[in-house]
Amino acid sequence: MSQFYLNNQLIRTDQPAGSTLLDFVRYNQHLKGTKIGCREGDCGACTVLVGELDATGQVVQYQSMTSCLTPLGNAHGKHVVTVEGINAARGSLTPVQQAIVQEGGSQCGFCTVGFVMSLTGHALSSQPSTAASVLASIDGNICRCTGYKSLERAAAHLQQQLEQRPATEALPWLAEQGFVPQYFADMPGKLQTLRSADTAAATGGSETADPLPTAATSLDAPAAARARILGGGTDLLVQQPEKLRATDVELVYDQSHLRGIRREGTTITLGAATTAQQLLESEVMLAVLPQLPRFLKLVSSTPIRQMGTVAGNFINASPIGDLTILFLALDAEIELETAAAHRRWMPLAELYAGYKQLTKTADEQVTAIRFEAPAATDAFNFEKVSKRTHLDIASVNTAAWLRVENGVIREARLSAGGVGPIPLVLRQTSVALVGRPVSVETLRLAQQAAQQEISPISDVRGTEQYKRLLLHQLLEVHFVETGLLTKEQL
Amino acid sequence: MVGKVIQMEDAKCRFSTSFNLIPTRLPSHPHTLTVNHLDPIRHVRGESQYLDDVPVQHGTLYAAVVESPVAHGKLLTVDATAALELPGVVHVLTARDIPGENQIGGIVPDEPLLAEGHVHFRGQPVALVLAETEHAAHAALAHVRVEIAPLPIITDPRVAAAQGELLVPPRTFRIGDSEEAWAGCAHVFEGVAESGGQEHLYIETQGAYAFPTEMGGVRIISSTQGPTAVQRHTAHVLGLGMHQVEVDVTRLGGGFGGKEDQATPWGALAALGAFVARRPVKLVLDRMADMRMTGKRHPYSSDFKIGLSADLKIVAYEVTFYQNGGAAADLSPAVMERTLFHSTNTYFIPNVTATAYSCRTHLPPNTAFRGFGGPQGMFVIESAIASAAERLGVPATEIQRRNLLREGDLFPYRQPAEGCHAEQAWDTAAELFDLPARRREVDEFNRTHRWQKKGLAVMPICFGISFTKTAMNQARALVHIYTDGSVGVSTGAVEMGQGVNTKIAQVAARTLGISVDRIKVESTNTTRVANTSPSAASATADLNGKATELACLALRERLLQLASTELSMDYEGLHIENEQVLAAGKPANTSWEKLVSAAYWQRVSLSENAHHATPDLHFDATTNQGYPFAYHVYGTALTTVQVDCRRGTYEVQAVQIAHDFGQSLNPAVDRGQIEGGAVQGIGWMTLEELVYNEEGRLLSNSLNAYKIPDLYAAPKVLDVHFLDTPGHSRAVMRSKAVGEPPLMYGIGAYFALRDAVRAFNPDSTISFSAPMTPEKVLVNLHPEFTPTPSDAWNSPAHSTSATTSAAS
Repeated sequence: MSQFYLNNQLIRTDQPAGSTLLDFVRYNQHLKGTKIGCREGDCGACTVLVGELDATGQVVQYQSMTSCLTPLGNAHGKHVVTVEGINAARGSLTPVQQAIVQEGGSQCGFCTVGFVMSLTGHALSSQPSTAASVLASIDGNICRCTGYKSLERAAAHLQQQLEQRPATEALPWLAEQGFVPQYFADMPGKLQTLRSADTAAATGGSETADPLPTAATSLDAPAAARARILGGGTDLLVQQPEKLRATDVELVYDQSHLRGIRREGTTITLGAATTAQQLLESEVMLAVLPQLPRFLKLVSSTPIRQMGTVAGNFINASPIGDLTILFLALDAEIELETAAAHRRWMPLAELYAGYKQLTKTADEQVTAIRFEAPAATDAFNFEKVSKRTHLDIASVNTAAWLRVENGVIREARLSAGGVGPIPLVLRQTSVALVGRPVSVETLRLAQQAAQQEISPISDVRGTEQYKRLLLHQLLEVHFVETGLLTKEQL
Repeated sequence: MVGKVIQMEDAKCRFSTSFNLIPTRLPSHPHTLTVNHLDPIRHVRGESQYLDDVPVQHGTLYAAVVESPVAHGKLLTVDATAALELPGVVHVLTARDIPGENQIGGIVPDEPLLAEGHVHFRGQPVALVLAETEHAAHAALAHVRVEIAPLPIITDPRVAAAQGELLVPPRTFRIGDSEEAWAGCAHVFEGVAESGGQEHLYIETQGAYAFPTEMGGVRIISSTQGPTAVQRHTAHVLGLGMHQVEVDVTRLGGGFGGKEDQATPWGALAALGAFVARRPVKLVLDRMADMRMTGKRHPYSSDFKIGLSADLKIVAYEVTFYQNGGAAADLSPAVMERTLFHSTNTYFIPNVTATAYSCRTHLPPNTAFRGFGGPQGMFVIESAIASAAERLGVPATEIQRRNLLREGDLFPYRQPAEGCHAEQAWDTAAELFDLPARRREVDEFNRTHRWQKKGLAVMPICFGISFTKTAMNQARALVHIYTDGSVGVSTGAVEMGQGVNTKIAQVAARTLGISVDRIKVESTNTTRVANTSPSAASATADLNGKATELACLALRERLLQLASTELSMDYEGLHIENEQVLAAGKPANTSWEKLVSAAYWQRVSLSENAHHATPDLHFDATTNQGYPFAYHVYGTALTTVQVDCRRGTYEVQAVQIAHDFGQSLNPAVDRGQIEGGAVQGIGWMTLEELVYNEEGRLLSNSLNAYKIPDLYAAPKVLDVHFLDTPGHSRAVMRSKAVGEPPLMYGIGAYFALRDAVRAFNPDSTISFSAPMTPEKVLVNLHPEFTPTPSDAWNSPAHSTSATTSAAS
């Protein structure tokens, strides 16, 4: 049983937790403003807002999500907002809608609601609105008609309006300006009530101090053992939506013990359900990887980053998983836990046995990820080249961590995706670098070594020859981007 | 009042930053935003109804299509026994269940609705499952056993041509004598040019919803650009008269040509289901099925030979086009013809021999896509010019500018260029956007940057407006004035985002002298307006707008005659403006509402059905000569790109366009068409790469494998300048057609990228092969790395041997 608010309405549903929020909204609730474009999170026509009570319990934080990949169960305890939930009375337009109409940002209209929801999510965001962030909010929305310039104008117009938005407690202002209806003010209280009901159910009615919402599905032990573990849905709901509808799922996205990023000494530990967006907003992560925003801008889109989990990216076992490649170069380890609560740590690099094959046992679940923080003097870089720069799957991606002392490479760890059946640690290449001076000759050695240990194939992401050339080039880019080699040297 | 919407002074300003033509009104009065595209007021609220939003009728069955799993073979058996035992499955229909003729070919009768005897492409519909739920229908697909004996597969058009596999006989457009002319040329160059296909990627997939009607017919709600095509073919398939098949279209979530002919199978299949089951049947393709089963823009492989005089005049041009038509003719013969019409783009060439082969391959039948073969033809002439320029060491612009069409010049099909704005467009763009300064900036940047290079290209265009099948240039409008003064307009135009309904409403409002708020443009329905041409060829607003104008003029005349009688005023000098009747410019004692009411009580008809046929058109398809186009549209774009020479990635920095709109009826809508068309063209030339393998299987089969431009891939700057041109009397209210021409500005992106790559690597021998993907850029920047180049870099039509893609 999932319980949540859909717009201003309380929903209690027995629909499968692994079915999609999109189908529920369109075909169960008959809210037809949310459109189906691709069912794989690549077009954004189905974008909705999902609001979650923050830690204080006083504020609902809204994120845009593609409802086609949002498991219905992940809506539990939350406020799901579709366009019908922001439309003002009597056909009048919200400032977001007005800006799009005024700037000619809608032609056939099929993608339009997705843009409206993404921009409304931006207006509701607690982050400041900048020229870059307002565009980033619609980077997961594809439009085939307009060529985007009119939508950019609409976004710029909106951003100007949002400069007036109070930095804190913006909701009254947003409601007054007509961005959202007045009922949004009641949502924190309503979600608190849902949370209390969950807590009461979980504790047999007794009040406890633990305010954690329970998962929407509570499975008994044998069912849990059979259940598919489902995180943000961004891979599994693309690959096997029918199967997920028909089987029990164990939802991990909202399990609070699987969230959070903390640093102890030099070790950084992430909960397995940490999303890419949480990485991006984490001060702990930004302190050790200041370039993370540049790296992650190349990784999927704003809504997908808000949905997909780090562990999900690992377990999907794509040979070109972006986060996998990044964490391989950080020498990350994963914690695996069995249904019987047996735990062990394993290097991420040992997880992959072959194409989409894992070395972990079937009942082991990733619960945490840890890595040693790179030193401030270490060089770290992530590169990704795809046909389209943003919201695309890499032709080749690669990360490099280099520890350099007095102009000599002391330690090195390079990874690369798209060049073999698994996300690869470039062991020979890394070894070839160690003990050598930072120089063009060393780079050339590494480039040669890399060619020996990769085995790319030709596919829709590029020919074998291209992928070889691309990795060759990107190794050079690592040295340039980290400042180890200058333009003059190359 | 819409009336004279925008002063031309405003319209001609450069729209590089903000666009202030649209009055900002309080959100509570959306109806006052009349200058803009009218539909978006509902789009932004999610209230516009598309096919899948139509409330489902009780008893509806859901259809799913069983596809051929191989590209070519003999169809041995279709066994649905297992599928029929599944819960919820009601019927599995095959060719044997078709009561009429199993044929939906539009130009050539070579395409069955459901496969019979043989299969000719992967994804060809073989059977139709009808089930109580959508899930049940899809679950049943895998349980329909299709047995096929495989036959050899052709995916390359040149291979098909060599084997005589042509969809229609080849055609040649000829002017002068190119064979004779070579001897007189100072320079002659030959080469090969290839352009890839393009997935339409309308965000709303194909679909239809059919209902049995009480007289044994069907009513179909279809997402189609061609309601009459759906009606005609459905009637044929069901063995009914066309009057028994009603097709209704509210709007499309994008079409771009992909729903001109290829909405028909889904409409006819849904209708077949409804006809057999006597229950409503809904059929909506999921994205991957849509991408697998429907045709795309035609890939072309072409040979060119260009001859120039010493002063860089193009003396002669020979070109042979091999069009990859796919497995059935569909619209390929017409697309091929338009390639020939536009084979010289906007240049005057006295000696031309252009030949085209429409080649039968085992891919889904390729079809209309914005530009309709024109872009493919233009890509080749631009390649020929670039080839000549590079080998002569002169800027391509020197050749381009010198050979632009002038007034009275003949196209190879012998129509003269009339109202020619080719030089005006070029010169205005070059001056306004300072082409010499752009060139200097690019050269200076390239001199000072080793690993970043910029490129610049100029793309002039000329596009003929009309269906080249002359008979299709007709349209009708049915206008009703209701007794309260409100007006309903029905035409054959289908709204798919291009704003045609807005323009039609403007035409009606302007002609009747009333507010656009009174006008409702109705759904497109074959029972209200019959025998329509599809919404295509950029001609929809012209044809249907003119018909609307005629109907409204007749109504206006009738009403004013009545006013003249009733008020005893001289008919001459009577006008309706702002809903007020004016006599010699002064308000008379009646208003629109009063006049309409009076007309009803005087038993004067308040309805009018008008017919428009574009005058003067003729074309002889045996001599390939005539006057096929109502007029031509001109324009010029400057494109600047920047390439990261380490990564091979690039961005389109600026596209600056001077375009011939004539007297734009709606600058906001028209500007949107230019921006959207240009970006779509850039996508075709850069990212959008269709990949089929040798088995005819589409590898770029989803949005994660086929990338269209996103927000960040759009040009950073996109300027649109409205050229000062008078428009044409054959254009609706002198506002020229605007749908297709801007797509071809995108071709500039290919040549700008080529320019940038050559700035890094002047010895580069880049083949003329579009799209210019980051892969092709990188391998051409660093050719030394790969001693044996891949065929994939030279030919988009070449199929890869890969059978699986590394999943994400």
